[in-house]
Amino acid sequence: MAAPVQNTPCSSFRRSGGRAQIRGTRNTGRALLTTSSGAPGLDRALGGGLVVGSLLLIEEDQNDSYSRLLLQYFLAEGVVSGHQLYLASARDDPDDMIQDLPCPILDDVGLSSSSSAPPADTQTLDTMKIAWRYQNLPQTELASSSRFGHCYDLSKRMDTRMLQAVQRHTFYPPQEKTDEQTSSLGPYAGLLKSIQTVIHREGFDGSGSEGKVRNVLRLGLHSLGSALWGDDVCFSESPDSGHALTTFLYALRALLRSSLSVAMVTVPAHLIQNKAVLGRVVKLSDAAVALESFSSSERQTNPLYSDYHGLLHIRQVPHLNCLMCEAPDNKDLAFKLRRKQFSIEKLHLPPDLSETVSRVSKAKGESPACGSAPTGHTPLDF
Amino acid sequence: MFPELNSILSSSPENFTEGEFILLSDRQADASFLIHHYLTFYLRARCRVCFLGLVQSFSHYSVVSQRLGVNLTQAKEKGQLVFLEALKASPGVLLGDESSDKTAALDYLRSPCPELRGLYEFVWNSLSRAGGEDAAESWGPPVLIIDDLSVLLSLGVSAGAILDFTHYCQATICSQLQGSMIALVRCDDEEYDEDEESSNYLLKALSHQCSLSLRVEGLSTGYCRDIHGQVEIWWRGRGIKNQRKIFQYKVHDKGASFFAPGTSRAVL
Repeated sequence: MAAPVQNTPCSSFRRSGGRAQIRGTRNTGRALLTTSSGAPGLDRALGGGLVVGSLLLIEEDQNDSYSRLLLQYFLAEGVVSGHQLYLASARDDPDDMIQDLPCPILDDVGLSSSSSAPPADTQTLDTMKIAWRYQNLPQTELASSSRFGHCYDLSKRMDTRMLQAVQRHTFYPPQEKTDEQTSSLGPYAGLLKSIQTVIHREGFDGSGSEGKVRNVLRLGLHSLGSALWGDDVCFSESPDSGHALTTFLYALRALLRSSLSVAMVTVPAHLIQNKAVLGRVVKLSDAAVALESFSSSERQTNPLYSDYHGLLHIRQVPHLNCLMCEAPDNKDLAFKLRRKQFSIEKLHLPPDLSETVSRVSKAKGESPACGSAPTGHTPLDF
Repeated sequence: MFPELNSILSSSPENFTEGEFILLSDRQADASFLIHHYLTFYLRARCRVCFLGLVQSFSHYSVVSQRLGVNLTQAKEKGQLVFLEALKASPGVLLGDESSDKTAALDYLRSPCPELRGLYEFVWNSLSRAGGEDAAESWGPPVLIIDDLSVLLSLGVSAGAILDFTHYCQATICSQLQGSMIALVRCDDEEYDEDEESSNYLLKALSHQCSLSLRVEGLSTGYCRDIHGQVEIWWRGRGIKNQRKIFQYKVHDKGASFFAPGTSRAVL
């Protein structure tokens, strides 16, 4: 099948045959580039990872603890893969959020050799020197892992050397000057303008020299729709800037489609009064996931919930460049947070319903008490 | 183009009714696979197609249509397909860039009171030209496909403006030019959407205008991997011609299969 040649040089939906592979991404069969979201369980739930050029929406849980964690995993994965980061938050200073990223667990060769440094021995001085060289190697070189998806240790912070090696852009509304232009974007106009400028300046949309190494931009937008952004969709049933959030998401998805970037947006869904707006927000995203954390009383009373920290509802799975994606087995998933892993597991098994399960063989095994044995193979025979 | 759906609707690229307004809608499911069906169907039938791509980029439709056997890039070059890339052009228009598209088609993003007159003019200009100008081949009746209308509600356009637009399009394309029109509307549950600017209201009004309605819904018993939902097909005619049928469906990589409720191979 010959993929048609497009005019835009950097559309993420084109087969990138012959060009160097971008670190931290892999090609799927449908001419799409996917990258890891930082939590391998979430990658599996979304059908293999986040498609570059798509938008992932996370409906926050009540305390915004697990959604913030997923955002941190997302950004940490970007640091480890060498992508560029863009973080916008109205509540916490984005620079502080980046300092708080968890440390990745890397089991590369360098780490093991540095921990087993042999004592000084004059006879094997040459081999000693090699081991010492590995010890003196900076952490950033060890971090160049080519694996897809990593685990993070939440008790340790990421090394500052690793953070310094990564290029990042932040947007913090209290520090930005506000232009009083009234457009349909409302309070998000400055944010969209900033994102568009970064994408264009750093060449993610194909503008720029051909010799530049291609990279992916990861955008993390924290708590869009909350009152701190200047939006009143969370405390009013018929908000004044009713279409600001939806228009912004529409324009954001358009920017993502024409550039090598992927965005994770968290929205305080439990605060949005008008459920129709929430439905529109979900439909405007490519993938949508909702987190519902258990309170401690729920965990004690319900035996099914006692092992887990909350439920993960998959609202929407993207099907880009295909009629229908691989449908997940079931959509009842629960998550559990441990120090080194955010695991997502099935809550229960669905009924054993499959087109390949053969029922005719079972019927033949039984001795028929009523009439002749079934001879045909048509499904309607009894 | 899905052969099973063609036999259900008794239409084929060689023989289909003209002057139809087909309304696709969904609730708790995704009806965009039907858009791909109609796009490839009318391109195979050698009709002139104007496609308003408001939610996805051209490459998405191109890759899917390739799998269904139709080359969209070739159709665009030959002049059979006019594709409006509204999604990709929208950030430039919203932020008021000088280098952005100046056409009036995207006026609903620009003006303080968004309306769709510019979009209608774009549709009229692309479809009203008879195929005899400098085109070597003459195409069949004009077809307008809109994917999808409910996103315009999210962008601030009022339901009344959308209904005006569809009325104008239906009057010109279906009655005057004897062509067809296909529109997709995506809705939520009834209990949430009760005001006038909701997609449910838009759906009710459009169902009254249309001649054929395909309503896609998820199963009432919940999510199932082997049966993706059910389609209710409603032929809105007078007297005997007014009938409804319900089918369950499953979408594969290269098409969709439709079967009577309860007869899925997974269940039997």
